[in-house]
This record gives sequence, structure tokens and C-alpha cells, in this order.
Amino acid sequence: MTKSITVTALIDTLIDITLLVFLTTTAIAIIKIRNLFVIIMLFGIFSLHSAGLFVVMDAADVAFTEAAVGAGISSVLMLATLALTKDHEEKKPSHHARIPLLVVLITGAALVYGTYDIPSFGDPLSPAQQHLKPRYIERSIEETGAPNVVTAVLASYRGYDTLGEVVVIFTAGVGVMLLIGGRLKSRRKEDKQ
Amino acid sequence: MKHNLILRVIVKYLFPVIALFAFYVLFHGEYGPGGGFQAGVIMGVAIIFYALVFGLETTEQVIPPQILRILASTGILIYAGTGVVTMLMGGNFLDYNMLSLNQVEGQHIGIIVIEVGVGITVSAVMLMIFYAFASKGRP
Amino acid sequence: MIDIIIGHYNYWVVILLMMAGFYTVISRGNLIKKIAGLNIFQTSVFILYISIGYIEEGTTPIIAEGFTRYSNPLPHALILTAIVVGVSTTALGLALIVRIKEAYGTIEEDEIHDQDMSL
Repeated sequence: MTKSITVTALIDTLIDITLLVFLTTTAIAIIKIRNLFVIIMLFGIFSLHSAGLFVVMDAADVAFTEAAVGAGISSVLMLATLALTKDHEEKKPSHHARIPLLVVLITGAALVYGTYDIPSFGDPLSPAQQHLKPRYIERSIEETGAPNVVTAVLASYRGYDTLGEVVVIFTAGVGVMLLIGGRLKSRRKEDKQ
Repeated sequence: MKHNLILRVIVKYLFPVIALFAFYVLFHGEYGPGGGFQAGVIMGVAIIFYALVFGLETTEQVIPPQILRILASTGILIYAGTGVVTMLMGGNFLDYNMLSLNQVEGQHIGIIVIEVGVGITVSAVMLMIFYAFASKGRP
Repeated sequence: MIDIIIGHYNYWVVILLMMAGFYTVISRGNLIKKIAGLNIFQTSVFILYISIGYIEEGTTPIIAEGFTRYSNPLPHALILTAIVVGVSTTALGLALIVRIKEAYGTIEEDEIHDQDMSL
């Protein structure tokens, strides 16, 4: 099966491979390094590189959200936790982790065996591109008037799921307030006295 | 506090730009990448940036925590309220065709209203979580 | 054989990333490192889903003049919801870590286990 190789496709593949190499290096560094501050910074770098990978794979909305949420909010909250727990070094592991390594290798091998059935990366004839996608792309503007098909799907075709998502993030805020937020009234009473 | 001077000047210049960009992303969510979630997170991050440089007490005077709790609930009520309004007008829950005589115009109104609701809730919740973490460290 | 490798190497590297995150969760004892590993696992799963929706010589699913091939918008909507749910889980996990530190005085898993066993 020969594919015509154009210069833009070659540059796309090169950027793809470079970003994947950076991601793998960062993930392995997060396993090995024991200083927690360095781990949080590497996690922010991982998020930003995966946002770049999303842009290479033509997913602009997802890249936007991943960069804002992963490299923004998650890193800030982890740094705040680190400041509150005042713990800067992970303890040296006392025993060699053989059973987790075995479990991870078996799971990885099973997943790789499962990918032999997936169609090639970017195949136009794969089943994921056939049934529902042409209907949404052709009828999105005449039914909802929004050129951004992802927003039309999120807000109009699958609006009920987005309502559930907003309730989930509200519940997370309420949960954090219950766990560590309950000092407002006691502080106000102290100020008045 | 001399080493803070550059940060304080830059925050005063950058904060209106970031807030304006958040509103742009919110209202142009139909025509380009963006939408409610991204706009809420960007607005929350702008206020967190201000709080990191100027201190939490100053920020709490501008945006008290009680208002944040009201704002977070208001966003969800706007979203679910749109659904109830469409039900009262005779259609299904969250059926935007009922909101106006022209079907496409009803969809436009529905999408903008729920994206505003989502943006309000997400920014209020991000700021609420940050206040909870940051006020824990004070004696 | 070469065709299989060229068509699938993306999936294999993403599975390697998933396993790296999974290994961090189950084998390291520090709680903050476990949360970081969990987030790496989640982000790699998102990359796997988006790479299933990719089509070659296509573009972002925003309808414009002159483009006929678009990426599949349905995985994008699904992953957007998943990212927001992921950040909610991370925020709650970090709040729990702060409370555990107050209650036990440490955030290493085996020290917490020893304190529980000696009660």
C-alpha cells in the first residue's frame, strides 16, 4: 500500500515523533526523580506537550482545554498542596517493585496485542469515520447554525451530558469546601472581637 | 517588597487583556475553538494571577467568598433553567427550537445562554478551590 | 510488516505512556506522586482517543470554505468532558492529601499504614 508522501505530511510526522519522544522522556523522568517540586514542574511540561500533540492531530478545542486546565489549574493546585504539606523529597523505596512491574508488563502486552485490530492511524475508511460523523458535519449548520461542530455537539446535540459535567465540577467545588474550607465564620468572629 | 515591582506592574497591564480574552473565547465559541469551559478556566486563572501577586486579603476584599458560592450555583441554575423554560414552552427538556419562532435563531440563543452559565460556574468553582487551598496556609 | 509499524507506532507509544503512569500509581508510596501518575494515565488515554478520530489530510472540525475533509468531532466532545472530570478528581484528591497530612503527619503510604495498624 503506497501513500503519496508530501512535504507537509513529512513535517507533520516529524513534529509528531518529536513530541512523542519528549512525552516519553518526561514520563520516565517522573518515575525516577524523587524531588517533588521537580515532579510538579515536569507534570506541567507533560501537559503542555500533550496539548501540542492535540494540535498536530487537528483537535483545537481539546488542545485549548488541556493547556488551560493541565498546565494551569492542576499545576497551581499541586504547588499549593506541596506548600501545605511541606514535604519536598519522596522517601527512598525500601523494596524493589517486582510485582507492579510484572502487572504493568502483562497489561501493556495485552493492550498492544489488542491494537492489531485497530485500523491504521489516519485511515479514511475506518469505521470511526463512517456512521455518525457525516451526518453531524453535513447537517450542523442548517440545524444549529454553529460552524464549530464540537460546540454544536456539546451544547446542542448532547446538551444533557454537558449539564451533568457542570454538576460534576460544582460537586468537586463543594467537596473541597467541605474538606478544607470551613474557616470563614470563625475568622470573622475573631475579627469582630 | 522591591523585587515584586516588576510583577505588580505587569499584572496591572495583563489582567484586563486576559479577562477580555476570556470573554472573547466565550462568545466566539460557535465560530472558532472555545466555549464555556475554556473561558471559565481562563477567567479563573486571571484572578488567581492577581491573587498570587497582590495577596489573598486584597483579592478577598474585591471578590468575597460568599459571592463565589452564589455565583457557582447561579451558573447551574441558568443552565437547568433554560431546559425548564423550553419545557414550559411545549418542547422537550433542553430543546432549543422552542425558544424562538425561527429554529436556527432559537438554537443560537440556547447555545449562548448555556455557555454563559457554564462559564460562570467553572470560573467561580476554580476560584473557590484556590481560596480554600490558599487560606489554609495562613495562621 | 513495515506497514503495520508505520500505521500503529502512535498507539504503541501512547500505550507505553499509559503503562508509565499506571506503574507510578501502583508502585510508589508518596501520595502526590500517585496523583501525578494518575493524571499522566488520564492524559495518555485522551491522546489514544483523539488519535482514533484523526483522518489524514483533514482539518479541525470547524466548517469553512474550501475544506471538505474534517476530523471526527465526536471524540473531541467526549474528551472535553473527560478533561473537566479529570481536573475535578485531581482537586478532590489534593484536598484529601492536605487532610491526611493533618491527621497522620505524613504522606508516605507505608507510614500511614503502620499508624493505622498500631491503633
